[in-house]
Amino acid sequence: MSDRLLVSTRKGLFTIERKRGAWSIAKVDFLGDNVTLTLRDPRDGSTYAALNHGHFGAKLHRAAGDDWEEIAAPAYPARPEGLVDRDGWGKDIPYTLLDIFSLETGGPNEPGLLWCGTIPGGLFRSRDHGASWELVRSLWDNPMRQQWMGGGTEWPAIHSICVDPRDARTVRIGISCGGVWETRDGGDTWACKAEGMYAAFMPPEQSRDPNIQDPHRVVQCPSAPDRLWAQHHNGIFRSDDASQSWAEVTNVPPSSFGFAVAVHPREPNTAWFVPGVKDEKRFPVDGQLVVTRTRDAGRTFETLRTGLPQQHAYDVVYRHGLSIDETGDRLAFGSTTGGLWISEDQGDHWRELSHTLPPIHAVRFTT
Amino acid sequence: MARVVFTANLRRHVDCPETDADGATVREVLEAVFANNERLRGYVLDDQAALRRHMGVVVDGKALRDRRTLSDPVGPTSRIYVLQALSGG
Repeated sequence: MSDRLLVSTRKGLFTIERKRGAWSIAKVDFLGDNVTLTLRDPRDGSTYAALNHGHFGAKLHRAAGDDWEEIAAPAYPARPEGLVDRDGWGKDIPYTLLDIFSLETGGPNEPGLLWCGTIPGGLFRSRDHGASWELVRSLWDNPMRQQWMGGGTEWPAIHSICVDPRDARTVRIGISCGGVWETRDGGDTWACKAEGMYAAFMPPEQSRDPNIQDPHRVVQCPSAPDRLWAQHHNGIFRSDDASQSWAEVTNVPPSSFGFAVAVHPREPNTAWFVPGVKDEKRFPVDGQLVVTRTRDAGRTFETLRTGLPQQHAYDVVYRHGLSIDETGDRLAFGSTTGGLWISEDQGDHWRELSHTLPPIHAVRFTT
Repeated sequence: MARVVFTANLRRHVDCPETDADGATVREVLEAVFANNERLRGYVLDDQAALRRHMGVVVDGKALRDRRTLSDPVGPTSRIYVLQALSGG
């Protein structure tokens, strides 16, 4: 059971703790600064925070205890003079770190190994707790990478990194827009694994191309790793064979559009989503904030609303804004309008912790 | 030596007091400063060592013209201001 929640916001990092049955803000770090992501490393107890200062760029900080120390941020290699390297829209790809968009630990037997997904589409690896980073050239140099495109961001964004609990050399990443990619040899070779996804918003001849798909978020069930869920720009997709194929999940009231998804750690058929109207109208249907939950692999959905605002709510929950703890009972989500809600019964009831926080990028339960 | 002044907003993140440094171009002067303050480099320059997109440099009252290689000339009494090219928020 996790009693701590890290909330990354536009104006700082808020640590929320549960004491004597009540949740409250216990600590604020980086107040005034744009904290975009956090990561807790259970292998050594350290915590990482990604910041994006805008003018001054994206940075990484690490805390072994309470004190934060800036560490190296991933850096792109020198761009060779005259190199033609364009994205799927034909625009010159900048060889510079624009944002840190995902950060995950390697396997339990890989102490110090971190994976970091970035904008404009580079995947990085550190083998020394973030003291240094290397661009994963096998993926960056794959010519299919030049078909990736920006979606909600101007440039391709690696937002999801799933390290397979059965074998840490198997890693799957989600890219907006570049589908899902898989390595089975620790990053030496990669293959695109988004067969079955489709993008109705693309021209017909491209709509089923795995390499242009726009998953917004991809998660893997820790105890049943063949099961992955994806909240895609076009709807919800499920894989039952470790991303070798994907099937769309339909009939999801009130909407299957959204960014975030969470899967129960032991029940692969149980997953949660936070829907919005659709891509061109990004707010809750009828101004009523709800969470949708399936317990049967997507055949049916419940609409959960107890404790959530049901009038004039315009909260959007970003792709890293929904978290589930290791028991599967506690969920939390934070919104673009500074709302933060926690449930201790799998979403049946929600409690509002605040509606006056800064815009929330990410929430994460930690121990 | 040229005098280099960094925006106070940057001093909140990295220790970068006003300093004097030698160099015939903006690149040479800033590299002399970064030689003693490596972390500062990443706050001012991008991964290709160009001026960050939303940063500005003013040399003796004129905005830097060569934002990629920072070849604008600097005199022995020049004043260089490293600023945010403010873009709202």
